[in-house]
Amino acid sequence: MSNSRRLLLLTALAFVAPLGFATETAVDNYKTYCVQCHGLQGNGNGINIRDMSVQPRDHTDAKAMSGRSDDQLFKVIKEGGPSIDKSVLMPRWGGVLSDDEIRDMVRYLRTLCKCQFGS
Amino acid sequence: MTGRIFLVSVFAAVLWPSLVLADAGSAILSKDCVGCHNLKGPAPQTLKELWERQGPDLFYAGNKYRQTWIVEWLQKPQRIRPAGEFYGQHIQSGAGGKDVIDTSTLKPHMALSKEEATSVAAELEKLRPHDDLIAKEKVSVAPISKQMGEMVFDKFQGCLACHTIEANYGGLSGPELYTAGRRLQPEYIASYIRNPQAWDPKSWMPNKHVSDANIQKLVNYIEVLSTESRNVK
Repeated sequence: MSNSRRLLLLTALAFVAPLGFATETAVDNYKTYCVQCHGLQGNGNGINIRDMSVQPRDHTDAKAMSGRSDDQLFKVIKEGGPSIDKSVLMPRWGGVLSDDEIRDMVRYLRTLCKCQFGS
Repeated sequence: MTGRIFLVSVFAAVLWPSLVLADAGSAILSKDCVGCHNLKGPAPQTLKELWERQGPDLFYAGNKYRQTWIVEWLQKPQRIRPAGEFYGQHIQSGAGGKDVIDTSTLKPHMALSKEEATSVAAELEKLRPHDDLIAKEKVSVAPISKQMGEMVFDKFQGCLACHTIEANYGGLSGPELYTAGRRLQPEYIASYIRNPQAWDPKSWMPNKHVSDANIQKLVNYIEVLSTESRNVK
């Protein structure tokens, strides 16, 4: 990275940092917030599922995941299950994740299912 | 002169035990507790910091706990978070790809004598950086049936996903809630439900935007649960 680019990046960070907390990677956010229900492997088998009335989505299930558009995935992460007529057990993460982090998460989910919408 | 000496002696006799108590409490905190608990704040600002957490943050213990409970618990500590803290460090993929808690990584909490526990609790009580958040809450004690409470807790809010409401029933990534009424101040419970991130910005408990009315119901339900679990014991 050239010095001028580095300076630009630092300047940009100086503006962004006071606005909120550090932006985290989708992998790290998944490991912190999603794994508790969706599991370490993303297969819907997290430690919380035993007594759940509705089981969490298996993110490796290409068939189910390709039935959801990226916009729907964004919406359900940000606003919770009821926003797309799914379970209240899926909470809204909008207060925890920024819109950019949620967009990253949607991209990450596509790598877990190895699928795209409608594929 | 004799009178003065007498007065000083009286003051010393009254104040000395509390000073010794306070000193003992801070000595234990800085020697034995600081290794696993954050006593100074702030709460973790990044996920990496969050993952290093080995026990609940205590820098706002005076805003959070009931002092009498701390004294009891420290003498006979029992696990409150089934998967420890941070939960992600204590789970693994088990048979059939199902995650399980790796209990081998969960360490028991040290126990203190009654005197030690009392002095530590007195010190923790002083840690109140979030009086402002507590002051915003007004909890009114209103009896709620267990059925109605469970309806709000489970069906409307989905809290059961992460919390147990009786031993071995419910989710495991959050602390057990059937003892929460005994452990926690009601205003803290209300405030944390209202906005977990105000207390712990990277908390894995989401803000569910619970209405005032339902926050009241949840706090009262948690109280019902703790009364019930106390009676069982």
